[in-house]
Amino acid sequence: MGEQERQRRIEPSDGGPDMVQLVTPEGERVSHPEYDAIADEVTTQELQGFYRDMVIVRRCDNEATALQRQGELGLWVPSLGQEAAQVGSGRAMRTQDFAFPTYREHGVAWCRGVDPLNLLAMFRGVHNGGWNSFEKNFHLYTIIIGAQTLHATGYAMGIQRDHAVGSGDPDRDAAVIAYFGDGASAQGDVGEAFVFAGVNNAPVVFFCQNNQWAISEPNERQMRIPIYLRAKGYGFPGTRVDGNDVLATYAVTKRFLDDARDGQGPALIEAFTYRMGAHTTSDDPTKYRVSAEVEVWKLRDPIARLRNLLARAHGVPQSFFEEVDAEAAEVGTDLRARCLALPDPSPASMFDHVYAEPHPVMDRERAELTAYLSSFEGAHA
Amino acid sequence: MSIDTTQQPATEGDPAEQPAAAPATKRLNTAKAMVEAIAREMERDEDVFVLGEDVGAYGGIFSSTTGLLDRFGPERVMDTPISETGFIGAAIGAATEGMRPIVELMFVDFFGVCMDQIYNHMAKIHFESGGNVKVPMVLMTAVGGGYSDGAQHSQCLWGTFAHLPGMKVVVPSNPADAAGLMTAAIRDDNPVVFMFHKGIQGLPWMAKNKRSIGPVPTGDHVVEIGKAATARPGSDVTVVTLSLSVHHALDVAEELAADGTADVEVIDLRSIVPLDTEAIIESVTRTGHLVIVDEDYQSFGLSGEIAARIAEHDPTILKAPISRVAVPDVPIPYARPLEYTALPTPARIKEAIIGQVAPA
Repeated sequence: MGEQERQRRIEPSDGGPDMVQLVTPEGERVSHPEYDAIADEVTTQELQGFYRDMVIVRRCDNEATALQRQGELGLWVPSLGQEAAQVGSGRAMRTQDFAFPTYREHGVAWCRGVDPLNLLAMFRGVHNGGWNSFEKNFHLYTIIIGAQTLHATGYAMGIQRDHAVGSGDPDRDAAVIAYFGDGASAQGDVGEAFVFAGVNNAPVVFFCQNNQWAISEPNERQMRIPIYLRAKGYGFPGTRVDGNDVLATYAVTKRFLDDARDGQGPALIEAFTYRMGAHTTSDDPTKYRVSAEVEVWKLRDPIARLRNLLARAHGVPQSFFEEVDAEAAEVGTDLRARCLALPDPSPASMFDHVYAEPHPVMDRERAELTAYLSSFEGAHA
Repeated sequence: MSIDTTQQPATEGDPAEQPAAAPATKRLNTAKAMVEAIAREMERDEDVFVLGEDVGAYGGIFSSTTGLLDRFGPERVMDTPISETGFIGAAIGAATEGMRPIVELMFVDFFGVCMDQIYNHMAKIHFESGGNVKVPMVLMTAVGGGYSDGAQHSQCLWGTFAHLPGMKVVVPSNPADAAGLMTAAIRDDNPVVFMFHKGIQGLPWMAKNKRSIGPVPTGDHVVEIGKAATARPGSDVTVVTLSLSVHHALDVAEELAADGTADVEVIDLRSIVPLDTEAIIESVTRTGHLVIVDEDYQSFGLSGEIAARIAEHDPTILKAPISRVAVPDVPIPYARPLEYTALPTPARIKEAIIGQVAPA
C-alpha cells in the first residue's frame, strides 16, 4: 500500500449524501421522504425481532470462527459487521421469494430458516449443500465470485414464465434476490446478469454488500464510480443504502422486492457496509488495511445503533437485551455441541451424487476403493 | 516494444545431481524461488510486468509475488479487479504489443470464467495470425488440494490445459525448477502456463514437505521447457509423476529402498507440453514396470496419455500392466478424510509400487 493510499483509507467514506439512512450510527431515527412510510409500518416488536436476529447471527458467526481456529472447521467466512445488511434484506423477503447467496450470507440463511448447523456442517466437510434449497427458497452457497447473479436472473425469468409476477395475488407473485459483493461487481457475469435482467424485465433485486474490500483490494482498485450508479446504464433503478442500518436496509429492499413482484423489473441495491473480520479464516487483514479504518467502522456498528434506538425511542427495557444475550449464548453453545457431534462421512460417499443416477464408472471406482480399503487389517470400509 | 529473444536458454540438469563445481546456490522455498526469478527478469527486461488479483500488498495469496510491489511499484505489479476474462484478455493484448506479462490466475479452478481468452485467444493468436503475432506471456496459477479447499479450489487440471494446442505447460516440483522454469517461461515467445502446487510453496500455513525448500542457483538459471528430470535413479520400477506427487514418490522410494522392497526410479516430468516421452520410454525400457502418479483426474488425462505413448512405442517393454494412482473421477471432496482418500497419497503410491514388484 502506498502512503497516499494508506492515508486515504484512514478516513473512509461515510457513504455520501445519496445513501438512504433511517437510523444514524448513534441510534437516532432520521426522516427520509421516500422510505418513512415503509419504516413507520415496522412495529417495535418487529424491530426487536431484527435485533434478536442480528445478535444471534453474530454469536453463531463468532462461534464458527472460534471452531475454525480450533481446527473443527476447514474454513469459515465471517459475516461480522454485515448483520444489518443481511437481516434487513432477509426479513424483507416473502416466503415465496428466492435468494441466491454468496458464501457469506449467514444472516440471510438465518432469516430463511436454515439451521446454522447446516452452514457449519458444510464448512466442516460433513456434507455438501447442507440444506434443501427448495424447502428454504435459499440456494446453495456459491463459491465462484459473481456466478450466482446469472443463476438468479435465470431463475427470475423462470418465475416470469410461470406467470408468478404481476398477477396481483400477493401469495403467488414472487421475486428473486441475488447477493454479491463489491469485488464481484467487476466480474463479467454480473454485468451480463444486469443486461439480461434489464432487457427481460426479470423480477430480480441485485443486492450488493459493498464491504469495502475484495480480499486485499479496496474499492479504489475495483471501481471509479459508486456501484449503485451503474444501474442507470442497464436501465433500472439503483440505490445506495446504509448497510449497517437494518431499518433502512429492510425498507429499501422491501420496496424493490415489492416492485419486482408487481412486474416492474430489476433493481440494484448497494448496501454500504464493512467487513470487520478477515475475508475468510485463511487471510490476515492486518497485512493490507490499517486498524484506524476498522476503528471508524466500529462506531457504525449495526447492533449497537439498533439497541440505542430501541432503548431510547421505543422504551424497550434493559431486560429485553439481557434476554437476547442469554438466548444467543445458549444458541451458540448448543451450536458448538451439535457441530462437534457431527459424524464424519464414509470415504466411499464421495462417489455419491456425482451423477444424478447410478453410473457405471462410479460403481467401478467405488468398488475398487472399497476393495482397497477392506484390504487393510481391521478395516471396516 | 520489442526485445531480443535470440538468447537460448542453457540446458540444466537435475539440481539434485549437480556436480561439486555447481554454481553458487542459496536455500529458498518454492514461493521465494518464483519471486526471485520474476524479480530478476523484471530487472533484466523492462517489458516484464505482473498483474492479477491480490498480487500487490498481499503478495499473492500463495506468496508467488511477495515483495514485488515494494521493489517495482504499482505500474509493474498491478492489482486487478476480480475479472479474469478482463485481465487475462488485457494481458494478451499487452503481449501482442511486445510486453511480457506474467498474469496470475489465483486458482486454476477459476479458468472456467476466462477460458475463451486462454484457449481461443492466448493459445491461438499466433496460429491465426499466420505466425505474425507472438503472445509471449506467462499464465501462472495455483493448483492442487490437500488442505480442505473444496471442489472448486483444489483441482490440478493440467491435463485440460495440455489437451489444448498452442500453449506450453510447465509444472515444477521444487524451488530450483520453479525458478528455472519461470525464467524460461518469461523468456519464451509462446504463452506458457506455469502451474505451481500450493503444497510445494513452502508456506508455513500449509502441510510442508522438506522438499519445498532447497538450493536455487543464484546466477542465470534456466530449466529448459520440455525436459524431464530423474529425481531418483532406480532399477526396479519407474514412477512417472510431477508436482507435489514427486515429493510423495521420493518419500515412498526412500522407504522402499531402506527396507529392500524395491529400487524405485522417480521421473519428474517438470513439463507436460512438450512431454519428454523419450525420458519415460528410456526408463521404462530398463525397469519394465510403470506407475503413473497424477493428482489430476484419472480419466482422459495425463496418465492415459503416458500409457498411450508407451503402447504406441512398444508395449512389450512392460513386464506388468501399468498402474495408475490418480484422483478418481469425482469432484475433489472438501471433507478431509474423503479428500485424502481421493488424492494420490504416499500410501496409495506405495501400494501400487508393491503391486508392481510382488510376484504375480
